[in-house]
Amino acid sequence: MEFFVVQLLNSLSYGLLLFMLSSGLTLIFSMMGVLNFAHASFYMLGAYFAYQISQHIGFWPALVLAPLLVGVLGAATERWGLRTAHKYGHVAELLFTFGLFYLIEEVVHLIWGRAPVDYRIPAALDFSAFTIFSTSYPAYRVFMMVMSVVMLLSLYLLLTRTRIGLIIQASLSHPHMVEALGHNVPRVFMLVFGGGCALAGLAGVIGGNAFVTEPGMAAAVGTIVFVVVVFGGMGSLAGAFIASLFFGAVQTFSVALDHSLAGLLESLGVALDTSSGWYDVLSLSIAQMAPVLPYLLMVLMLVFRPMGLLGTRET
Amino acid sequence: MLDVSDLHAYYGKSHILHGVNMRVGASEIVSLLGRNGAGRSTTIKAVMGQVDKTGSVRFKGSEIGGLPAYKVARCGLGYVPESREIFPTLTVRQNLLLGQKSTGQKGRWSMEDMFRLFPVLRERAEAPAGVMSGGEQQMLTLCRTLMGDPDLVMIDEPTEGLAPKIVELVARLFDEMKNRGLSILLVEQKLTIALKICQRLYVMGHGQIVFEGTPEALLANEQIRKEWLEV
Ligand SMILES: Nc1ncnc2c1ncn2[C@@H]1O[C@H](COP(=O)(O)OP(=O)(O)OP(=O)(O)O)[C@@H](O)[C@H]1O
Ligand SMILES: [Mg+2]
Repeated sequence: MEFFVVQLLNSLSYGLLLFMLSSGLTLIFSMMGVLNFAHASFYMLGAYFAYQISQHIGFWPALVLAPLLVGVLGAATERWGLRTAHKYGHVAELLFTFGLFYLIEEVVHLIWGRAPVDYRIPAALDFSAFTIFSTSYPAYRVFMMVMSVVMLLSLYLLLTRTRIGLIIQASLSHPHMVEALGHNVPRVFMLVFGGGCALAGLAGVIGGNAFVTEPGMAAAVGTIVFVVVVFGGMGSLAGAFIASLFFGAVQTFSVALDHSLAGLLESLGVALDTSSGWYDVLSLSIAQMAPVLPYLLMVLMLVFRPMGLLGTRET
Repeated sequence: MLDVSDLHAYYGKSHILHGVNMRVGASEIVSLLGRNGAGRSTTIKAVMGQVDKTGSVRFKGSEIGGLPAYKVARCGLGYVPESREIFPTLTVRQNLLLGQKSTGQKGRWSMEDMFRLFPVLRERAEAPAGVMSGGEQQMLTLCRTLMGDPDLVMIDEPTEGLAPKIVELVARLFDEMKNRGLSILLVEQKLTIALKICQRLYVMGHGQIVFEGTPEALLANEQIRKEWLEV
């Protein structure tokens, strides 16, 4: 029970973090039709910028400055990179973001090296928030959850209550029409791309120190975010939300469970031939399977429901 | 008011318009007729800045050929596409508000005017536009563009697939637009309403203008009608 509650809180905070990434990715996809392979690279930049800034002026300024910086970088990427690539079609755009992913990784290698950097939880938040049964729960995890919920609520209000939000929503279905009505859609694209990157950057700021800040983090998180978006349905914010929480739980729980199919069958009284090759497969624990589990679930989703959980596109 | 000369348009490598010349005067209603695939929609998309083109497009005396679509719209050109393109998840009211180029833009048309002309829009004001019928969506598309207070509106096959009763409503809106001094470039395939309301017309075939004149002149010219209009 205690294990369950703690893991549930952990999966919630991780799931919300995933949603900060997948919401931007899916919004950018449904608006511009481009799947940004480098989305998680902006998450990584958020973490590194926050590390660098907090070295000089502390964590709190970094919490504000790093996402802003990442957002500006993202907007510039759209304005002077993606917009040009767009003229040559979706394949060119995809290749552009692919190249960007490796470019950012190499730049991070150059500046901060290949080893993890010492980006830490600020002392002001490094205490135990409360105790569940006998386990104390870290305040920083609570802070992560609060930050994510506040950001996502603001995003929701921005999209539904403001004029720019309406323009964004309209551009999801008919960008050309929105432009023909006199709205500067190219600028809206730039803002959405920049905003999505800023959100990813913020996730990096609050996730980089809770987990680890190293050059491989973009690839590691990027693939999971990709799985989340495909699973939830490309272009669906609600789908991305459900899938984020779901994969947050899958990843958190699976690494901690050492149950296996063999164990289950044996506890049901099924006699197994321990010398057969199949026994090894059956006795793989869930924890051992954890790394493949997300991909397995994604492949199954694509086979049985190619548009994803709540997606509408056939692709 | 609108002066198009030697307009060529392209979709990728395919060359669709071959030197179109056309003009629409102030407060004038002009029709652009032709069969499926003649290039009528392409012509107005090219004027709007939404397809690759060469040639000159002048509006109110200045060249707008190189401008992006949103700047063309801000010059006072309105566009009502044939595919309607309402914003399905937004309410009818929100759709109309997005027709305005900025919050609270004042012009010839108010939300109240729209509701008076088409009471069904008032009834459905808070419903998502996506659940409305095809005819209601067509009214919404027209009204949405008018909310931006254009001086010239290019309307692509507005009566396609509409019940006669709704066609009548749409025709009434055209009268109202005329009374308020708007110019209209109406793309049609059928001659019925086009001949009734327009002062001048063009017939297009294979990406070129093949006839220009008054409705009477077209009615008198059986050869043009046989060759370029009737199916
Ligand atoms: N997006 C596109 N890509 C390539 N070719 C196109 C595209 N849109 C139209 N065309 C081609 O351009 C030509 C002119 O099309 P256009 O839509 O302008 O015709 P139209 O006169 O409006 O007729 P209708 O609306 O009845 O089809 C057609 O041959 C059509 O196949
Ligand atoms: Mg057409």
